[in-house]
Amino acid sequence: MSSFELPKELSSDELINLYKKMLLIREFEQRITKDKGKIKAMLVHAYTGEEAIAVGVCAAINDNDYITSTHRGHGHFIAKGGDINSLMAEIYGKEGGICKGRGGSMHVADFSKNMLGANGIVGAGPPLALGVALASKMRNEGKVVLTFFGDGAANQGMLHESMNLAAIWKLPIVFVLENNMYGWSTSVQYATAIKDLSLRAQGYGMKGLTIDGNDVIAVYTTIKEAVEFARKGGGPTLIECKTYRWGGQMTIDADKYRSTDEKEEWKKKCPIEAYKIKLIKSEIIDKTIIQELEEDVLAQIELSVKLAKKSPKPDTNTVLDDLYKDPINLGGN
Amino acid sequence: MTEETKTMKGLEAIRLAIEEEMERDESIFLIGEDIGRFGGPFFVTEGLLEKFGPERIRETPISENAILGCAIGAAIVGMRPIAEIMFADFLPVCMEMIVNQAAKARYMYGGQISVPVTIRTPFGSGIMGAAQHSQSFEAWFMHVPGLKVVVPSNGRDFKGLMKTAIRDDDPVIFFENKRTYFLTGEVPLDKDFTIPFGQARKFTDGDDVTIVATGAMVQESIIAANKLKEENIQCEVIDPRTLVPMDKKTILNSVEKTGKLIIVDEGCKTCSVSAEIAAFVAEEGFQYLKKPILRINTPDIPIPYSPNLEKAIIPNAKLIQENVMKLI
Repeated sequence: MSSFELPKELSSDELINLYKKMLLIREFEQRITKDKGKIKAMLVHAYTGEEAIAVGVCAAINDNDYITSTHRGHGHFIAKGGDINSLMAEIYGKEGGICKGRGGSMHVADFSKNMLGANGIVGAGPPLALGVALASKMRNEGKVVLTFFGDGAANQGMLHESMNLAAIWKLPIVFVLENNMYGWSTSVQYATAIKDLSLRAQGYGMKGLTIDGNDVIAVYTTIKEAVEFARKGGGPTLIECKTYRWGGQMTIDADKYRSTDEKEEWKKKCPIEAYKIKLIKSEIIDKTIIQELEEDVLAQIELSVKLAKKSPKPDTNTVLDDLYKDPINLGGN
Repeated sequence: MTEETKTMKGLEAIRLAIEEEMERDESIFLIGEDIGRFGGPFFVTEGLLEKFGPERIRETPISENAILGCAIGAAIVGMRPIAEIMFADFLPVCMEMIVNQAAKARYMYGGQISVPVTIRTPFGSGIMGAAQHSQSFEAWFMHVPGLKVVVPSNGRDFKGLMKTAIRDDDPVIFFENKRTYFLTGEVPLDKDFTIPFGQARKFTDGDDVTIVATGAMVQESIIAANKLKEENIQCEVIDPRTLVPMDKKTILNSVEKTGKLIIVDEGCKTCSVSAEIAAFVAEEGFQYLKKPILRINTPDIPIPYSPNLEKAIIPNAKLIQENVMKLI
């Protein structure tokens, strides 16, 4: 894996923004983990350690391009420009949440930002991405779909059907494989017989690349090229971003199946720390700026928690709403 | 004003509905296996490729999850896809996309989006399809909140309900009984002929017994009712047409009048369409019942291949007649 230079087309502000977004995701997840007892949300999957992928990807696409997400979707939501107040309120299960408290952590979505939803089913995002890409193609919109999925989803049949169909129809999709080395407790080495999952692309007649998913610039640069290729009608690309899930599978996971050594080794490769050093060396940020950024991020998160706590609980009289466009007579009492 | 109609087969009525809707709305496209040049195993989509081209009549590899993912994803961003699953028996291969995605998206995302997709699929027995090409799965989908479940029984209803399905903003599973494909009947030519969901259709009037039937069982029930009429037994044959939403009122009103109910459904008996209808009549219309509810289903076994075995287990007019006699 080669080292990537800071892209010339990005201004200092844009480069700093990548750092800030990663930090926002990190601190957001830390805060939820800290609050887990209070919000009683057990099935919350933190993105900690993987921030460079969502941020690098979303920096490389247009606002009106689409993303589909996974059960570990907070990072994708924030990177795509979703509002953190409504994200936090959703995780608190409040009416002010982006899904009015109906979805929760595993279903955060902001369709106004073309963030098409976190998804509780491993591997379900890519088939949906096909249709979004097909619609873009049929309507000549030039929009590209970035579909995030993990090493766990890499072994789901749905993904393989999706890669094949995307390839034969040259759909404007980039398959973003976040290989965080584990599907819950199952290691990728156990689950697959190949070293780099990007090899799978060959079987479908598309290009496949493996990159350092902890290098936000590597992600940005590689994705940008794949997105341009897709936008021009070249079809899909599979990009495997190798990374590591710092925490357990989710908030309630004691995570005893991985060694402390392994975890510590990966923490040394922190994507945020590495990028910070890069920015300092390039004299784009200094200690003062870093401190300001950190304070700003923490203030944003505290505000989101405050608002989430203040937001009303969903009215139980509305529990049957929104199932159908127009209500029908439902069964049940 | 007299209604202009044309005699045609059930499958032609479906094709006509799709064709007219595709002419009306460019966001409609078809997706499925072998739906183009070949026209599908029952020729429902025959000729549509020539008319609308491969962009809108999209043939796929054998990948049912990708077909439905594609249709549902496109629906989420404003298209109106019609997906064909070649046989209802293949629905279990792609339950994920229907149950966890299409049905849930609107609710779990807090009402942010609609999923205006139509999934059409042939079901039922009668073609020596055996265990994996003959099943009737409608009841499974009644159990999934968020879906609408449609089971027409004749050409007129095929046309009107297909148009409503396509224009509806929610995911619709459109079950087409194979035997009803070949029934001929009068079909309205009005391009805006639609039939609202949740409205049952009464085929015969009578005070003696209510027969509620779906799909190919409607025709069998009508034959039975006509035979019984000769013996001066008057049956009311009701086809709910849509299972979700269900027109309980029409059924309950009929049971109030007759006091006797027979339900005929081609699915196997346990947890079937007939079970659900019997349950709500027992809950909401118990006071009307003069006799126990009778259910006529296939037994709880896979559909056998040999025609004499298949024929022996699929409900027919004779069996319906015999059951009516039990109540008289």
